[in-house]
Amino acid sequence: MFIDTLLIGISSGAIYSLMALALVLVWRSTRVVNFAQSGQAVLSTYIGYEITSKTHNYWISLPLAIICGALIGSLVDLLFMSLLSKRVKSGPIAEIAPVIATLGLLGLIQSVIGLIWGNAFLQYPSPLSGKGFTFGSHTVPFSPQNLFIVLASATVLAIFGVVFRFTNLGLALRASSFAPEIAQLAGIRVSRVRNIGWSFAGAAGAVAGAVITPTSTLSPNSLDLLFVSGFIAAVIGGLDSLVGAVVGGLVLGIGFSFILQYISSSVTFLAGFIILMIVLLVRPRGIFGKRVGRNA
Amino acid sequence: MHDPASLRLESVTVDFGGLRALSGVSIEVNPGEVVGIIGPNGAGKTTLFNVLSGLVHPTSGAFFMGGAKREWPKPHQLTQLGIARTLQGVGLFNDLTVNENLLVGASHVEKDNFLKSLLGLDRNRQLHLYESAQNLLAELNISEYARELASSLPYPISKRVALARALMCKPSTLLLDEPAGGLGVEDIAWLKEFVLRFRSKKSVLLVEHHMDVIMNVCDRIYVLNFGELIAHGTPDEIKHNPLVIAAYLGSEEGE
Repeated sequence: MFIDTLLIGISSGAIYSLMALALVLVWRSTRVVNFAQSGQAVLSTYIGYEITSKTHNYWISLPLAIICGALIGSLVDLLFMSLLSKRVKSGPIAEIAPVIATLGLLGLIQSVIGLIWGNAFLQYPSPLSGKGFTFGSHTVPFSPQNLFIVLASATVLAIFGVVFRFTNLGLALRASSFAPEIAQLAGIRVSRVRNIGWSFAGAAGAVAGAVITPTSTLSPNSLDLLFVSGFIAAVIGGLDSLVGAVVGGLVLGIGFSFILQYISSSVTFLAGFIILMIVLLVRPRGIFGKRVGRNA
Repeated sequence: MHDPASLRLESVTVDFGGLRALSGVSIEVNPGEVVGIIGPNGAGKTTLFNVLSGLVHPTSGAFFMGGAKREWPKPHQLTQLGIARTLQGVGLFNDLTVNENLLVGASHVEKDNFLKSLLGLDRNRQLHLYESAQNLLAELNISEYARELASSLPYPISKRVALARALMCKPSTLLLDEPAGGLGVEDIAWLKEFVLRFRSKKSVLLVEHHMDVIMNVCDRIYVLNFGELIAHGTPDEIKHNPLVIAAYLGSEEGE
């Protein structure tokens, strides 16, 4: 039972990690909590749904949804966020305006989705079974779809890890987020690098949406709760740290899973906020915030 | 004939809202020269540097390189023009190691090989960059700090790393913004020697408060006061210029 609970926790934690990663990627380079992230992710998931319903092939829709997620991220930056930061440069409004803008964008994206696809709950099935693996007579609550979620998330996290740690692009991304002015003087086109960060975030959110939705249903708001969990995970991890986002996601996922199993399903979500408050009160900069581990 | 690396700013005026930070200032730096910019606090020295490095767009004025008028450079284009700048204070990426700080300075993407250089797949180029970084660190006597985080360095060492970071793009003109600020006697002596050594090949434009440094290393000096150029000449000429003396005495009285 313990192992079952742990596996389920890792599966949902992996998804929280992806969402947290998407938030951290944008936060690091722009100091904006991107509330539109769940809207972006759900939009790319709808695109994946549309492609699946035309091609009847989930495996074609998945990579295309990820590419669309990256494009949506890039466009959100180009058409809204970077324009906004050029127009509102100083004063208290410069800090709050981008956050309000992402909230507005979230509403806009979800309304447009409602107009195009309606607000009904849609099925976006994957060919993988949602039924748990069976060992002898024992069926665990961990299904091939859960395994795929874990593998897909781990792959994305590993790719990001390699890019950030070992490539010039990763170095440019890290440098631009820490000190944009110095990065520019070092020859980096910070606005372009920042845009790549937004598209990475969009892609991470798209993966999260595309692999989690087959386990439930798709609607304009279907990823909102995932966003909240991702946000809590990102704050636990320190908002600034990619490693922190992953650890925060896993801690939250496994925590939820054990609470659900051993306490009660009714307090699961409440527990998320309690964990958030405790982290903020005890260690406001998060487990991996600032001095500890901001370099990967 | 102009040397392609010679730099000239002509009649630069900068207004911040209603405040005129620079008023019709012209300066010139030629290869093999160390040129100093001095002036009391608030004279417009750093603004002039910011204009030259594209961080501030001037209200009016022109930028010449190699005798030809050009568009004002954007900050990320400076290294391609052979201009590198250090910032006041330290100006490093605190959360990166010393090695990484240097490699950022050289990682700008080559257009002909976009993906390869972006991902660092060209191993020869990566090795070459790494070697250049190690050579620079050795030249500045800071090899032992290569793997340290920039935030953990002693202040004088971090100033040298900032210098090494700027040198990574092999500049023909080096802009140094208060390089001696906060340094002790030994480090200042080292800095003077470094600037003179660098000058034998390239040019240096220097904003500095340490008169000792300015007078010792500069071939020519421009003096700014309240955003205007009040004097220009050799260190000897500047030392005895009554306008300069008055500006500095005035500022001391005012402080």
